[in-house]
Amino acid sequence: MIYELGHLALILALAMSLAQGVLPMIGAQTGNAAWMGLARPTARGQFVFVLIAYLCLTHAFVTNDFSVALAANHSNSTLPLHYRITAVWGNHEGSILLWSLILAGWTLAVSIFSRQLDDRMLARVLGVMGLISCGFILFTLFTSNPFERMFPPPADGQDLNPLLQDPGMVIHPPMLYMGYVGFVVAFAFAVAALISGQLDAAWARWSRPWTTAAWCFLTIGIALGSFWAYYELGWGGWWFWDPVENASFLPWLVGTALIHSLAVTEKRGGFKMWTALLAILTFSLSLLGTFIVRSGVLSSVHAFATDPTRGVFILGFLAVVIGGSLALFAWRAPQVGLGGSFEPVSRESMLLANNVLLLVAAAAVLLGTLYPLAVDALGMGKLSVGPPYFDTVFVPLMTPALFLMGIGPIARWRQARLPELAYRLRWAFGVAAVSALAAFLALGKWTPMIGLGLALAAWIASTVVLALVTRLQEHKSPDWRRRFAAQPGSFYGMLLAHLGVAVFIVGVTIVSGFESESDVRMEPGDTATVAGYQVRLDKIEDVTGPNYQASRATLSVIQDGKLVAIVRPDRRVYNVSRSPMTEVAIDRGLLRDVYIALGDPVSATAWSVRLHHKPFVNWIWIGCMLMALGGFLAVMDRRYRKLRVSEPVRPASAPPQADRALPIGGVVVARSGAGGTGR
Amino acid sequence: MKPRSKRALAVILALVALAAASALVLQAFQSNLVFFFSPSQVMANEAPRERSFRVGGLVEEGSIERAAQGLTIHFKVTDTAHAIPVTYTGMLPDLFKEGKGVVAQGRLGADGVFRADQVLAKHDENYMAPEAAEALKNAAAHKAQSTATLAVPAAGARP
Repeated sequence: MIYELGHLALILALAMSLAQGVLPMIGAQTGNAAWMGLARPTARGQFVFVLIAYLCLTHAFVTNDFSVALAANHSNSTLPLHYRITAVWGNHEGSILLWSLILAGWTLAVSIFSRQLDDRMLARVLGVMGLISCGFILFTLFTSNPFERMFPPPADGQDLNPLLQDPGMVIHPPMLYMGYVGFVVAFAFAVAALISGQLDAAWARWSRPWTTAAWCFLTIGIALGSFWAYYELGWGGWWFWDPVENASFLPWLVGTALIHSLAVTEKRGGFKMWTALLAILTFSLSLLGTFIVRSGVLSSVHAFATDPTRGVFILGFLAVVIGGSLALFAWRAPQVGLGGSFEPVSRESMLLANNVLLLVAAAAVLLGTLYPLAVDALGMGKLSVGPPYFDTVFVPLMTPALFLMGIGPIARWRQARLPELAYRLRWAFGVAAVSALAAFLALGKWTPMIGLGLALAAWIASTVVLALVTRLQEHKSPDWRRRFAAQPGSFYGMLLAHLGVAVFIVGVTIVSGFESESDVRMEPGDTATVAGYQVRLDKIEDVTGPNYQASRATLSVIQDGKLVAIVRPDRRVYNVSRSPMTEVAIDRGLLRDVYIALGDPVSATAWSVRLHHKPFVNWIWIGCMLMALGGFLAVMDRRYRKLRVSEPVRPASAPPQADRALPIGGVVVARSGAGGTGR
Repeated sequence: MKPRSKRALAVILALVALAAASALVLQAFQSNLVFFFSPSQVMANEAPRERSFRVGGLVEEGSIERAAQGLTIHFKVTDTAHAIPVTYTGMLPDLFKEGKGVVAQGRLGADGVFRADQVLAKHDENYMAPEAAEALKNAAAHKAQSTATLAVPAAGARP
């Protein structure tokens, strides 16, 4: 009964989203205030119904009701409760429902935090989001009904894929989806602005915090996925250039370009069309990612769906959304105008160059991801693109981008002078050069890649410090605390995120330059060596877990005769699925991980064991977390909130003027003078 | 320089940079394509000798032999029509088993033994790598076709 109610709630949510997608749009077009006013209540109603549907489905998993086919196929009564709750999205139907729920959640958030928007704009933004939601709920109802029943119900379920029975998997998918789906807000703002022709600084300021928030979630989601792959798959790698990873990385690359382009549109009124195009591309790539991952064209732990009608539906939806928005863009773009002009050496030009580099990188990843799929679909044989392709392409593309990343925040808007920039950056150059040399002396091994990586990281870190010091010096107050407090949160956010990139590069450079690995055959009592650590296999015993049997090894990690750690990797066989799985053991540290995986038995007493020494590997994820944290700091910038408070002063119907928006980025105005928007 | 020629210069520079980037990308792309061959194709000498490729199918029952020392393993990959010997040193993926799907990446030696530097068996017990599945399907189709032609020679004229 409760599941039929859930199904009904989903149908009602469809009706709500349809109303939300159509009526306010018509209202906005014809100026009908009552119809525009429907946007908020329908958005909230839609959220409530999707939430009810989602909770009903969760009920089946929590109470072990295996008459629901989804629970029967993906859960089991011996599965611990927290994994039964997360098993809801450990399958195709449930994860699409989660997609819809998160979309409804973002819609709800927009409907709440949108008091500064005029009614017409809000009606269009929520309308676009309603249409997207409508498409996804239709997809769920027609091709992936999560409430399908199974008669007769089996005595017990078939269990969740053991790889997904992990704390990392509890938060990775929702975070990733928060990011993927969050870009819908930027997309909806861009489409609404294109319809109204109101692509101005105010539009950029509205969509900026939303876009940055989505970007932060996506960053966290990707980092968690990488972290999970590192310890769960047992190979010790942190990024595989797997098509599924690429699918999440593509919107990240273009989304990164978007948040920087939005900065130019907000502060200078420039790059308008470019920003709108990026907003469309970012969300399109999110949808493409969903298609690649969920349609079954790829087989991996993520691809639950193998039903071709699903792939066809998503592909059709993709064509409508991308084609429609690009057509709108092509129609509207000529009327928008170019916005603020700038010189070849200026902050704008550097941000533009970085944008182009990020886009070229995204295109290269897209080529490597889609080409094998296209070749396969055309029946021209099977092939794959080796990970070295991505490495070869990425380093030369990202090197200039990272170099410019150091200069951009210091360069002035509109026009900067090269000699002055070079003079201000002389210390940063020095620090970068010295660290490349110091790496040679301190680390004992030096390759051009290591030198380049460390020099770039030092370059970024020192320019971050330089940018901070410059800003503080320009403030005239004698009190340093006042000087610190005078800088906007978004400025600190930017610095922190850039510092995160530096930390990330250090991690990547050192782990790929200095990691060591050995696969060894060990019997109890044997000792093997990896990177100066002696690893002794003490014993191997059988253990019984809640839903698995395991062979558990106990190993002592010894350095210079001292015991550093005792680790216990498992080789598990899950009771229900009978899948064997490696559960690695890691002795973690800020400067290195000792990573040990137990393989299969090679004789009656001997086992294969994989030992890794991974220096600085954790810096990779620490860097990502700093980036996300910086993003959240920027989202919380006072100026986005201040607007909300001061809003009632302005009549709601009056369209905000671009020139009114500019003084709010006070620092810019103070530094570069009030260079007008437009020409 | 006039603003006009300045802009022209910027555009030309951007185009040159873009062309360089494209050349780099395509060059890297070309040299990193890894093609897939079935054991039958390898037997028919269709696979390249000088470059790395993938071969996939089932791990033949009873073909696994482990060295007494170290982690070297020998096994055969079969598409049920033909089998080729593979040797690999290192830890195997969790789901590597006799009779199960496998994809190996490496080079073919002059002695006809495939030296794998990577062995892939995917995440799910029931899942078979699409390459391996296709190799089996093709071999089965080929067999069916040849038996059909033998049994009913009259129908052989039909393509």
